[in-house]
Amino acid sequence: MSAALRASLLWSGVALVVLLVAIAAIAYGAVPLDARAVVHAIGGRGDPVTVAIVRTLRLPRAVLALLVGAGLGMAGAALQGALRNALAEPYLLGVSGGAAVGAVAAVALGATGAFVLPLASFAGATLAIAVALLVARASGGRADPRVLLMAGVIVGAFANAAIMVLLSNAPPNAIRNALWWMMGSVGDAGWLTVGWLAVYVALGGALLLWFARDIDILALGEESAAALGVDAARSSRSIFLIAALLSAATVAAAGLVGFVGLVVPHLVRSLGVRRHRPLIAGAALVGAGLVVAADLVARLARPPAELPLGAVTALLGVPFFLLQLRRLS
Amino acid sequence: MIDFDRVVIRYPRASAAAIDTVTLAAPRGAVTAVVGPNGSGKSTLVRALLRLLPLSSGRIAIDGADLAQLERRTVAQRIAVVAQRESLVFPLPVWEYVALGRHPHEGPWAAAPSRTDATVASALDRAEIGALAHRSTDELSGGEWQRVRIARALAQGGEALVLDEPTTFLDIAHEMAMFELLARLAHEGMAVLLVSHQLNLVARFADTMILLHRGHVAAAGTPADVMRASVLESVYEWPLVVTRDPAIGAPALLPLRNRGPRSPFQTP
Repeated sequence: MSAALRASLLWSGVALVVLLVAIAAIAYGAVPLDARAVVHAIGGRGDPVTVAIVRTLRLPRAVLALLVGAGLGMAGAALQGALRNALAEPYLLGVSGGAAVGAVAAVALGATGAFVLPLASFAGATLAIAVALLVARASGGRADPRVLLMAGVIVGAFANAAIMVLLSNAPPNAIRNALWWMMGSVGDAGWLTVGWLAVYVALGGALLLWFARDIDILALGEESAAALGVDAARSSRSIFLIAALLSAATVAAAGLVGFVGLVVPHLVRSLGVRRHRPLIAGAALVGAGLVVAADLVARLARPPAELPLGAVTALLGVPFFLLQLRRLS
Repeated sequence: MIDFDRVVIRYPRASAAAIDTVTLAAPRGAVTAVVGPNGSGKSTLVRALLRLLPLSSGRIAIDGADLAQLERRTVAQRIAVVAQRESLVFPLPVWEYVALGRHPHEGPWAAAPSRTDATVASALDRAEIGALAHRSTDELSGGEWQRVRIARALAQGGEALVLDEPTTFLDIAHEMAMFELLARLAHEGMAVLLVSHQLNLVARFADTMILLHRGHVAAAGTPADVMRASVLESVYEWPLVVTRDPAIGAPALLPLRNRGPRSPFQTP
């Protein structure tokens, strides 16, 4: 069997699994549906109540989960390659912290409108990126990925402190909202959120795929990248920015869903993918499947209560992180 | 082809210049070797050529064109550089790693070259690593990894090859094979610029030697011009004699046991 045939069989299989998990996620709920009814309802056929449940509640939720996973998976794959760091992921770079500060500030001020929250979190994330870049530059390590990562962690720590200050005086309800959001959820998905996130994920994903060959080269290190004609400092900054904005978009749509960006690229690599173009594309697919599955687990684990999505991914991600850490040392 | 013209490089906050008014030329069809003690500025020259360090003054020219004005990709199409160190965080099969050498010639949407790509296959052959093609880069010995890196530079094509300490981890046979390969490439018309500690090997293979000392050119010319005991002793600060390679008569250096009262680690 040729390598190309094997690869296409493998990825068809992965796509099929993601599709089945997504259908299962739509079928499961307070009103259980069977798979055939789900497929019919997506097409607008069958019982009107079922169609309404599927099209206005469960389908947007599943699609949002797919998009969040795809975005985080791609961002993680790009960051790990460009930063030459197997532990890199959007959350280690201060983006989550910045986005959280923005969102919590909006919540604390009572501005929880559909447009205000994402905008505030974008603003926070962008500010965090800018600060992380400035800190890295000030320490003279503009091209050193470790300095950048460290700067991101520092910014994240600062953001945590800022959130604590913001929440110290907030009413209990606002604190509850903020906490729920900080643990990640696709529970109140709507087509509006799905729509704008889809635009960001498609755009960010396309840009990362365009940069994928450069990421292959950046993964060789600064000197080899320079030898192959890649301006390591400039390229990695662009990739960092795209990946960060991509993850900020997912954070704005569904709160903090950690560790997806860490776990997914390693899973795709374990399937034999090395180059970053197929890696990023594969990470989109596997990430999408993983977050839909995690959301399904979040709803299945303790019904009728829902676990926070970010808690489920963290329970999965932390042992994985430790495993990677052990492999590094 | 590669010309350093009165290049000065000063690291921030350093008192002395790392490279002080260095002029050298690496023409096509010749092996040009930069030698010198640790810290004499050899690798700084390579980093400057990679534009990882700004020049304080002077200029580096590629066929007369100012390097700073050229597209990085264009330069990479013409000059392949094997830097001193490189480690991969995410291992690759050897042939895929070698295929990355084609990067400067490909558009961002181009398909990755296959194992059977003519340039890749020829690079694997010339570096004599065909047998390693499907091994993973994290399973190689130091010497194998070094040859794999050379293969990537060969896949890059171009008219010049710059190498920073290419034989550090190689045993005698592989080291000799490497120098023979460099000599052959130069004979075929490439400009080969080499940074090396291996004075004796360089003296047998290089057409021109440049001896660096504390950022200055201490001596330059044919191996016979540079390999003089009086020059080398003062630069390396160690007693030595220069003899002859019995086969081809190239100058060969022989460091002496220190018999004087001075400790070997004491600088004069």
